This record gives sequence, C-alpha cells and structure tokens, in this order.
Amino acid sequence: MWRFLTRRAWQGAISILGASIIIFLISRLSGDPILILLPNDASQSLIEETRRTYGLDRPLWVQYGIWAQKALAGDFGRSYRWEMPALRLILERLPATIELAVFGLLFSVAIAVPVGVLSAVHRGGWIDRVGRVFAMLGQAMPTFWVGLLLILVFAIHLNWLPAFGHGTPAHVVLPAIALGWYPVAAQTRIVRSAMLDVLDSDHVRLSRALGTPERLIVWKYALRNAAVPLLTMLGVYFAAMLGGAFVVETIFAWPGVGRTVVEAVFSRDFPVVQAGVLFTSILFVLSNLLVDLSYGLVDPRIRDAR
Amino acid sequence: MRADGWLPEWARGLPWLPILVLLAVGVCALAGETIMPFDPNELDLGAAFVPPPWQEGGKTAYLLGADNLGRDILSRIMAGSRVSVIVAFYAILFSGSIGALIGMVAGYFGGPVDAVLMRLIEIQQSVPSIALALILAAALEPGLWTVVVVIVLTYWAWYARIIRGEIMALKGRDYIAFARVAGVSTPVIFLRHLLPNIFNTLVVLATLQVGQVILFEASLSFLGLGIQQPDISWGLMLSDARQYITNAWWAITMPGLAIMLTCLSANVFGDWLRDRLDPQLRQL
Repeated sequence: MWRFLTRRAWQGAISILGASIIIFLISRLSGDPILILLPNDASQSLIEETRRTYGLDRPLWVQYGIWAQKALAGDFGRSYRWEMPALRLILERLPATIELAVFGLLFSVAIAVPVGVLSAVHRGGWIDRVGRVFAMLGQAMPTFWVGLLLILVFAIHLNWLPAFGHGTPAHVVLPAIALGWYPVAAQTRIVRSAMLDVLDSDHVRLSRALGTPERLIVWKYALRNAAVPLLTMLGVYFAAMLGGAFVVETIFAWPGVGRTVVEAVFSRDFPVVQAGVLFTSILFVLSNLLVDLSYGLVDPRIRDAR
Repeated sequence: MRADGWLPEWARGLPWLPILVLLAVGVCALAGETIMPFDPNELDLGAAFVPPPWQEGGKTAYLLGADNLGRDILSRIMAGSRVSVIVAFYAILFSGSIGALIGMVAGYFGGPVDAVLMRLIEIQQSVPSIALALILAAALEPGLWTVVVVIVLTYWAWYARIIRGEIMALKGRDYIAFARVAGVSTPVIFLRHLLPNIFNTLVVLATLQVGQVILFEASLSFLGLGIQQPDISWGLMLSDARQYITNAWWAITMPGLAIMLTCLSANVFGDWLRDRLDPQLRQL
C-alpha cells in the first residue's frame, strides 16, 4: 500500500510541477512584464536596469526557477488591484469556494442516489425513463444558463431565495443547485448500473429467499454495496465542481476564488491569476489522488498492480 | 406499422429529429443573412423589450421577442449559430488531428516516447480547462481564435488517450508485423494500415465533442473571455441579457434554448453513431 501511495504522490507532484510550468509560460505569452511594471515613457537605460534587477535578462528556465522558488515560499507577488499578497487573497477566498463545492456535491448526490436506485429497481419504469430524459437535458444545458434560469424563476418571479451574495443558508441554495446540476446525470448512471449489478447478486437473492423485506434489501444491503463506485468517484466530481465554480461564482456574486480570478483576468492582475489557477490545479490533483487512494483501499488488486 | 415506413430503406431508423436540428443550425450558419427576418445588429428602440407574440404586447414580426435595443432575438440566434459552427469545426479538426497523431505515436512506439507523452497528458489534465482558458485569455486577446486554441489545448489529451489504447491493441496484429518486415515505411504504416482502423473511433469522438465544444464556447463568451462585441454568439447574448433579466425573460430563455437544442441533438446523434460504428466506446 505504501509503495502505491508514494508512487501516486510522485505522479501528482510531477503534474503540479508541469501545471506550474504551463501557467508560467502562458503568462509570459502576454508580452514583456517590464512594460507593465514601468511607465510608458521609461528610458532605455531604466528598462535595462529594471530587467536586470528582476532577472528578466536571464534565460527563460532560470526565470522559471526564480518564480517557482518564490512561489514555493508562498510569494506570488502582490495583487495590483487588491494591494495585498496574491496568495493571501486566494487563501482568504478559498473557504467560500470549498463551501460552494461541498454543497453542490451534496445536492447532486441527494438527487442522484434516490433516482439511480429507483431507476434500477423499476428498470424501464417511468422513473427510469424520466430520469434518462433529464440526464440528456442536463448534459446539454450550460451551467451558467441553469444559474440564470434559477435566478429568473426562484429569485425574480417567485422571490423565494436571494439571487446573489453570501452569508445566510438561503444564499447557498441556488448556486449549489446550479453547480450540482451537471454531474447529476453521470452520478445517476453510476448508481443505477451498480444497483443493477448488486440486485442481481447471490447475497441479495439469498436475503430475498430468507424473507427479508424488499425495502430493507434495496435501501440498506444493496445500496451499501452499490454506493462504493460513487463514493470513489466523489473526488472526480469535487474536482469538476472547482472548474464549474469559476462560472457559478461569477453569476451569483459568490466571494470565492473563481470570481476573484475572473475579475483578476479583466484587470490584468497577473499574480492573482497565477496563484488562483495554480491553487485550483493543486486541489484538482489532490482530489484525483484521493480517488486513486480510495480505489486502492476498496480494491486490493489496484494497489498491488504495477 | 413503423412511422418511417415510407422512407427508403437506408434512411429508416436514423435519428431524424436531431439531424434536422443540426441541419437547421448548419443552414443558418451558412446562409444566415439571406433568411434572417431582420438585420441582427439593427437597433430599433421603438421595439425594445417587445415580448414574443403569444404574450400581451408581443408582435408577430418578432417571433422570439426583441432585446433591450430592439434587436430581433430570432435573427441574432441565427447569426450566432455561425460562431458555434466555426468554433466547433476548427476546434474539433485541430484537437482531433493533434490528439490522434500523438496517440498514434505514443501507442505505436511505446517505451520512453509513450512515457513522456503520457506524462504530458496527465499534466494537461491537472489544470482545470476553464482555469486554463482564463489564464490564456488573460495572456492573449480574447476572441474566436483564442477560444479555438483553448479548446484544442483542452481536448487533444482526450483523443490521444483513447487512440493510444486502440493503437496498442492494433500493433500486435500480424498484418502490421508483416508490413514492417516487408519494409513498409513508418509513415505509410500509419496512414495506410493504422489510420483506417481508428477512423470510426475518430468520427464518433468528434461527434460526441460537438456538444461539449458548443457549451465551452458559450461559457467562455458568457464570462467575457470568448467572442467579443459586435460579433454575435449565443453565450454573449446571454451575458447581455443578464443585465436586464428582470425585464425580459425571453432574452434569457431563447438563446439558452438554442444552445440546449443544438447540444442535445449533437449528443443524441453522437450516441446513435457510437452504437452503430464503435460500440466499445460505450463507457464514454
């Protein structure tokens, strides 16, 4: 198990290193960072001197080394707009994003599990068919449009819930639904097919033969086994939520990392963009690592494989 | 009796509704100007916020209503289809070809080449695609080609991974070994012996990607990182309509419906094609 763990951790570290190189290189695409630091009428000698002070006359890989060394020490530079260290800004906004992702995940699981179980139990029945239609629709609706429709119906017309902001439990409802909407389809499919497998297995047949009530079989014995594939995939969905958060936070004015980075893009606040994207990537890699670990815990064949 | 009994034999069982929707989108993209009821950028403040005809105050001239500047929403949706089609075409062409080539090289040569390319794929997949788009948009000018670049950078790994698996299975076949022994050059083996065998998979992957590309473009344009004014895109229309969401529900609903119908049709058609051409891809 330890060998499996360390190998996956190394692969994760390489991914993060690669991601940081991509982020660094793409940021340099925008042109000479000197021109952002200095006024337009700066003299040639001043440009040369500043370039030397910041190490911008060195080869690109040396520059990356300097940047990465600082980043490792937590120094991404100061946000031009918020006038504070970029990392502190991102860390301040991180809890709100995680809160949103957790509630989004809760929403999607709360829908996917009962619908998936009932679709499997009444295979081909109306729940199964309605569920499939909704899954097709869900996969074709952009997250931001779902968010706008939710605002239109529940905030503007019915006036039940606030359309934007953060603080009370009511504020999290609409953003969480918008974020959790898309993965419902895939999760329902996972639960449904796992349930179909389990309901067909010997131990379920034995319980039936012993006269165990059907409700107990389905919702306790079968679901406990069928939940494993979904549980191991939760990390993947959590990671997907982090991506979706960029859009959802923007629509609902949610004070998280996503909205902060989107705003930073428009104000060309590069330190914030770099820190935000790198942080999201790290969370992304970590959640995928958790998925691999939970697979390894559940299924010894995977952890022993090369 | 089957409803499509009157059709010629080859046309029975085709998913006609999705095909018709996709054809309609294609026709709007190609011949937009000639069939649009209005000039999509024409301002007419007298028509501002005219609702669709079935609602009180609606006019039949504006079938789907008008926006805050009196522009006809139907015409703008028709004009916006062009961006969706162009982005989908180039993004799929480039990500498919680059991904397929990398997947073929990794699968065929194996060893260190494969190891390096697989690491690259893993690295690519460790940056969330929307975050990649944000940082690219911050670095480059936002616009149609930035959208295409972002989608290509996001999706090549998806193609490469699947094609690599197929090539690894094909590589062991006798006819490839014979070709190699007979001195057939590697490019010829790729083009004549490997490519035809992965062609079905590529077609299925490309069709399944259409819906995702359209959603991606709409999301980027909605965030202001994609298509810019005065060009028209469905995502950009929704981003505009958000400013006056309390005044005109139709301006929020209609472009979204266009996105949903197009993606739904592309997905249904892609599923059908997959079941026909390459049932092994069922997992996708």
